[in-house]
Amino acid sequence: MSVQQGTAHRPWVDRLLSINGWLVFGFLYLPILILVVYSFSDSRNVGDWGGFTWKWYDRMFNNPEMMNALSNSVKVAIVSTAVATVLGTMAGIALDRYRKWLGKQAFDVILYLPVIIPEVTMGAMLLIWFTQVLPIDLSIWTIILGHIAFSASFVAIVVRARLGNLDDSLEEAAMDLYANRWTTFRKITLPLILPGVLGGALLALTLSLDDVIITEFVQGPGANLLPVYVFGLIRRQVTPEINAVSTLMLAISMVLVFISLGFQATSGMGRSNKEE
Amino acid sequence: MKRLLILIAVVAMLAAACSSDSGEELAAAIDACEPGQTDGDLNLYNWTEYIPYGSAAEDYEVTDLVAKFESEYGVKIIQTFYEDNETMLAQIEAGGAPYDLIVPSDYMVSTMADPEVGLLAKMNKDAIPNLVNIDPLFTGMPFDPTGDYSVPYQAGTSGLGFAYEYVDDSEGISWGLVFDPEMSEPYAGLISMLNDERETLGAALKYLGYSVNTTDQGQLDEATEILAAANSRIAAYDSAAFDDWLVTGETVVAHGWNGGFFGSFDEISTDDYDAYEDFGYAVPIEGGIIWVDLMAVPITAEHPCTAHTFINFILDPENGGELTNYTYYMSPNLAAYEYIDPEILEDPSIFPDEATMANLEFIADVGDFSKNYTDAFAQAKG
Repeated sequence: MSVQQGTAHRPWVDRLLSINGWLVFGFLYLPILILVVYSFSDSRNVGDWGGFTWKWYDRMFNNPEMMNALSNSVKVAIVSTAVATVLGTMAGIALDRYRKWLGKQAFDVILYLPVIIPEVTMGAMLLIWFTQVLPIDLSIWTIILGHIAFSASFVAIVVRARLGNLDDSLEEAAMDLYANRWTTFRKITLPLILPGVLGGALLALTLSLDDVIITEFVQGPGANLLPVYVFGLIRRQVTPEINAVSTLMLAISMVLVFISLGFQATSGMGRSNKEE
Repeated sequence: MKRLLILIAVVAMLAAACSSDSGEELAAAIDACEPGQTDGDLNLYNWTEYIPYGSAAEDYEVTDLVAKFESEYGVKIIQTFYEDNETMLAQIEAGGAPYDLIVPSDYMVSTMADPEVGLLAKMNKDAIPNLVNIDPLFTGMPFDPTGDYSVPYQAGTSGLGFAYEYVDDSEGISWGLVFDPEMSEPYAGLISMLNDERETLGAALKYLGYSVNTTDQGQLDEATEILAAANSRIAAYDSAAFDDWLVTGETVVAHGWNGGFFGSFDEISTDDYDAYEDFGYAVPIEGGIIWVDLMAVPITAEHPCTAHTFINFILDPENGGELTNYTYYMSPNLAAYEYIDPEILEDPSIFPDEATMANLEFIADVGDFSKNYTDAFAQAKG
């Protein structure tokens, strides 16, 4: 009876769900599509199609400050992601695999702080920390340190969630077969948590690429990042040059997403092979 | 909220801030600066694209002032950008970066120049001979009466933006469009006001014929009362999207800054459509508020002479003219007028006429009374 009812309703529910899916998809991606399309519009005003042109891309690539900001953004994102991924992964493993160590609970709570506290507070705290406590000169390096400070937590949380779903017995089995801790980590643990690590890294990269508030607090002379630059530009005037630079950022992000999807697909395949 | 948090952070930093020795050194260095002298590359901390350079300058067909300064004086300009006065304040306060020149807004100058805070260095006026070019209106301003700490860069006004279809401006625009129950009735629910206590209560004070800087509780109470009465007709208090709402038809009367309105009018204009035919901006007949951004040398400066030379460079008539041709803001530089595009110069919403000018007021620091404004605004908004 109940099964019959379920099948009777299914086409209708399916259709509704697929409509909903496409609506959400459209809601998310149509604005992006429009942004990309209008980056090729030969008109000063965004939202007014004036024919096809490469003009805004030309202007963007010839705008020294914007290109400088773009290259700074990429540099900061790569370095901070690399460091945050290593630190975050280590923190995640320490919290999940080692049950008892001094201060673990406190560390556990503190780890969530950068995720929870408002960015303004974090930015102001980092600024005081760098200039009053350490004290070091503000530069591109303080931006990198700031980005590591908040993104490492995100990586740790993602990695930890992945570790939580892993069966401890896999590692125990490896050690039974005389693998030392390092070999176990390299051959068993790391490959298994790799999707989590990459997911965390991707998250760190994204956060770094679009952070405005913390960056603005800890930036040093000449170390402009693209999001701060674009945000300031929008305050003054919106031209399709902003569309062009957004499209470029979008392209960079898409490439990164595809790379990570590729990684996840291959590691997923590896696991299912093993399971067979 | 954001401002509040930053304020807390700044207060915390104040306790830790230390200077004095370096302050005296800087003062001595500034006193020794000669006109046109440079002492290293300029660390300029400015709003994004607030000076013409690179492809942006080309696009507006104005002189690249950064390149011109660099080639004239053989030093480099290292630009860093901010988009918020408070963040800039926090960075200077923390003192971690050697900025030589900053461009704070009016009220921020009084905060930073306050002797107890002491974030701005006293300038050497002898090293800036072009100071004579400044419009007397922009001297002796309430936030820096002696002009020792700041030199005006660009200025503008706040007033009302409106749609011609619904608002008749033949007799001038009045704050009554917001505050007069009868006059504003047709626009109920179609009005937006700035979410800024001094600006919006200032508008009410101007409507009542009082100063925007009043410290008379009775006058402030009156202003609070009429704002509270107008509350039901006001659709929103917003300082970021007021211009977008006006041009998209969400509102027909909008309180805001002139630069914001013109940006949006330009944005929606096309080759076949002129938004200025449908929308206007005016300083109401009862008067309004004038704002100004200023150049100042912060105590973090390591190349104060280059900073002075740069200020003098900006005050040069031709350079000042090109600056306004790029920003479309009012120039505080009288000598620059002959180099300003006549279309900009003759636009009364950028360069107000003398009668309007006389009715404009700067927002001054009212000290402890400022919390009365905060309370009054919260009370009026309900």
